Amino acid sequence: MPAIDVRNIVKTFGDFTAVKGISFQVASGEIFGLLGPNGAGKSTLIRMLTTLLPPTSGTAVVNGFDVVTQADGVRHSIGVIPQAMTSDLELSVEENLIIFAKLYGVPREKRARLIRDLLAAVELTQWADKQVKNLSGGMRRRVEIARGLVHEPRIFFLDEPTTGLDPVSRVNVWEMLEKIKADRDLTILLTTHYMDEADKLCDQIAIVDHGELKALDSPLKLKASIPGKNVLELSFAGEPPDWRERLARLPDVESVAGEDHLFRIASHNGPATTMALMEMAGQAGVGVQSLSVQSTTLDDVFVHYTGRALRDALQEPSAMDRGFMMPRRQ
Amino acid sequence: MQRTWAIIERELRRFRRSPTLIVISMIFPVVQLVVLGYAFGGNVKHLKVGVVDQDHGVPAVKVRELTSAVAAGAQTFETVEYADQGQALTDLRNGVINGVLTIPPEFSRRVLERNEPRVALIEDNTDNFVSATLVGTVNTMMGAYNKPAPSAARVPTEATLDVVEVYPYVPYIQYLLPGSVVMSIFMMVMIGGGIIFIDDKARGLHEGYLVTPITKLELIAGFNISGTIKAVIAGAALMIVGSLIAGIPNPFDVMRLLRLLVVIVITAFALISLMFLMMVRVNDPLVPRATFGVLNTLLYFPSGAVYPQQGFPQWMHYIAAVDPFTYAVHAFKSLLLKNTGFEAIGVDLLYLALFSVVAMTAATMLFRRTL
Repeated sequence: MPAIDVRNIVKTFGDFTAVKGISFQVASGEIFGLLGPNGAGKSTLIRMLTTLLPPTSGTAVVNGFDVVTQADGVRHSIGVIPQAMTSDLELSVEENLIIFAKLYGVPREKRARLIRDLLAAVELTQWADKQVKNLSGGMRRRVEIARGLVHEPRIFFLDEPTTGLDPVSRVNVWEMLEKIKADRDLTILLTTHYMDEADKLCDQIAIVDHGELKALDSPLKLKASIPGKNVLELSFAGEPPDWRERLARLPDVESVAGEDHLFRIASHNGPATTMALMEMAGQAGVGVQSLSVQSTTLDDVFVHYTGRALRDALQEPSAMDRGFMMPRRQ
Repeated sequence: MQRTWAIIERELRRFRRSPTLIVISMIFPVVQLVVLGYAFGGNVKHLKVGVVDQDHGVPAVKVRELTSAVAAGAQTFETVEYADQGQALTDLRNGVINGVLTIPPEFSRRVLERNEPRVALIEDNTDNFVSATLVGTVNTMMGAYNKPAPSAARVPTEATLDVVEVYPYVPYIQYLLPGSVVMSIFMMVMIGGGIIFIDDKARGLHEGYLVTPITKLELIAGFNISGTIKAVIAGAALMIVGSLIAGIPNPFDVMRLLRLLVVIVITAFALISLMFLMMVRVNDPLVPRATFGVLNTLLYFPSGAVYPQQGFPQWMHYIAAVDPFTYAVHAFKSLLLKNTGFEAIGVDLLYLALFSVVAMTAATMLFRRTL
């Protein structure tokens, strides 16, 4: 039985449909990522799976419990780290864990040991009695990771776990999650708009955009599904009108995209294509102003499936920016 | 029940680490008690009354002697002599003096003829307190002027009035104390309950709790019981401090303290129920801040905390009838000023209890277990 089974789940807020009939399964023990820009519907989806929002239609079963009819069973089985920092700033690290242990009914005799082990796992033992408000963002996130695991859940949901953290803290959190997963029998579902995070952590990635599931596979297979294993990004000066067609005829070229002096070429053999391109440009008197050659990234995958770059999508106004703060209940 | 206690524990731990909240919710009621208590508690004195004697006869001189006696004794007003009525009226209109006592030219003749002698008091009636004080004082003065010489009879023949005060004199600051105690409870409920509740909601803190197995009733009970505890602490502290400041006799009488504690608890729960009902569907942190001041005024002043309700217009009576402050203030007045038992405040306690039940039931029905 999959740990999470989502079938055709939909969520609408008035006239706006945030999640449009998404289906997927998460195998037990897997790290599953929902990758997409802000406003794609990731947080709405995770809120439905964690019983914070009722679906408009469709079903979701988490650890064998239906999120609507057996919400209590779901809540007992899951640990959640919401996107916002939700630890109590006035309480100490340990107090935060104690309160949550009590909310989950962790027996007193087990509580102290669990909390001690968790503090060690997230490397906050020496900060146990410090108020959370005195901790850095990365440390607060680790408090929340510990808090989410205090009742030994089967499934762990993380909504944008490293948003707002500095690069060192982000890596720290990744390492923490990998270590925790290695030590425990845990299924993890996380949402992110960082492709490096999804690439590094996830066994399976679902690309979500505008409420729809665009692609679902392992990072390796997603990248392999894109034509060409190298991507050349170039800018030219003085190119002739048929330059795009001439680029497409270069050896090993799979596809050419771009306009206005900027081109993006997918190639099976980046070095060979590059050499041929430079020779052609030299002969045609076209200036090459910039050139970069990269292996296929998840950004390329995103572009392939959605038609735009993830970094560009992040610049677009999200549903939140459209004045969509607290949606009405349906 | 453990989950409810976890919420209570969380709230009280946060409260303990917020000394600012504790101080702020007590400072305002104490300042209000002291400032209002002394600002309104005194007798009006040192008014200025212009005296225009247009008669100069012996009866007129007697009237002027009586005005001088008031100025020297009770000091309700000081007299300013005017030769010209016009100048006196000009000064009255300009606010230099508060009233003009005019003795007309024919006053002495009418006194001797016993033909309706009159003096005139022209007053600035834009201030009702000053106006009432002047009229009262001059009336008393004229009463003394008209009083006949004591007769030789051993048994008085006229009806007289003996005034008996059941309780010792109650200065205004003591009169204000019950309202201040209720105000302190209310401030803790609004700041420590309403504002913090909405701020936490806006920060997303509630999401962290909603994903746990805690039930709706456990969450509501946790928030409201902890809010009640905080409000009781604030109310009890203000009651003791306020009793000492206001000079309540026997402030540490054990039985009275116990009865007061019961009223504090029931009042706190009634007000937290009201706050919860108002905030249960609110998400904007500006809303509790914006409504706090309005609510404060709407609940406090019609309750009779500052002025007797018998002086209110009818529409304000309707507000007072449903205002939980009214019943709380009445209960505290009975216990603090009259040292009564529960029999005198039974209706108050019953109303507050019913109010709590109705408000909390409605709030529970409106509370959403999801976002």
